[in-house]
Amino acid sequence: MVLDQLHILAAGHHQEIMQVLHRLINGRENWTGKVVASTEEAITACSEAPYHILLLCAGIPEADAAVIKERLAALQPHIIIIRHFGGGSGLLESEIRAALDAHQIQLR
Amino acid sequence: MATHTLHKADTRGNAEHGWLNSRQTFSFASYYNPERMGFGALRVLNDDTVAGGRGFGTHPHDNMEIISIPLEGDLEHKDNLGNTEVIRQGDVQVMSAGTGVFHSEYNKHADREVKFLQIWLFPNRLNVSPRYDQVTLDMAAMQNNLQQIISPAPGSHGGAWIHQDAWFHMGAFEKGRQVAYDLKKEGNGVYLFVINGSFTIDGQSLEKRDGLGIEGTAQVSITANEDNSQLLVMEVPMQVTQKS
Repeated sequence: MVLDQLHILAAGHHQEIMQVLHRLINGRENWTGKVVASTEEAITACSEAPYHILLLCAGIPEADAAVIKERLAALQPHIIIIRHFGGGSGLLESEIRAALDAHQIQLR
Repeated sequence: MATHTLHKADTRGNAEHGWLNSRQTFSFASYYNPERMGFGALRVLNDDTVAGGRGFGTHPHDNMEIISIPLEGDLEHKDNLGNTEVIRQGDVQVMSAGTGVFHSEYNKHADREVKFLQIWLFPNRLNVSPRYDQVTLDMAAMQNNLQQIISPAPGSHGGAWIHQDAWFHMGAFEKGRQVAYDLKKEGNGVYLFVINGSFTIDGQSLEKRDGLGIEGTAQVSITANEDNSQLLVMEVPMQVTQKS
């Protein structure tokens, strides 16, 4: 699959860090994204618009990660759910690129 | 059967920003190499040189164990936990980012570079309370000896501690000195990074800033090939799992 634009949703509890992630995601030419503060908000966002990738960020426990995977299986079965580590620019690009590689998705 | 993965110094990523030169053993920021995504729980090994008076402005981290080891010069750290500290050669700094922390790191001096290793490990527990610590190492104890500098438990024979079943050791060796490193936990691997000089490790020659990852072994044999050869030994879990 080849995409012109990658749509990313990021969920995390730390408001200031999520603001930084919002800036980083939307600062890339062919990435766009939205950040939300909880798994419930992530499910709501996924019911309103399609996303390619969901990043689970700080504050989201593994138990909630399992719940959101189950609920999104019906809502957005093709969404790629990965955990984001590091809270900034250090690992973000390689996490996204590795996820796209694993699903044989290319960005123009 | 042990497997060895050699990373020669000149095959690392290289980010040149003028004020910062960063040599990256594993994928980091805009350096992406799918073959270099880490070694078990060891995710980042950056060999950074920061120009005088310059540094990293305030930025966030979460869910990562971050270890800084100054090699030359002094690095000033400030964070939103209230810590303002300077770390120098002979110190090691650890930061458990956990639920989130903001910090800055600047070269303390305007007239000389600071060189340091920036190392990130995945934590064994998600969303811990952020924590900062630094310790001054016993440099004399590192002469011809691997001295523990990081461990998983507070008060475990020196050094600092982190939220991961990882042990770091450092040592400086005279030419011809031999030492064995015995791994502490089954399922762990070991990543060896040559800070200075040269070594032969399990029959593999390593030069300055080369790295060697070894999996499936209980012991590693190390021989220094020149005087003042300095080695960092990082034992880490090869399977990364986190508790919430």
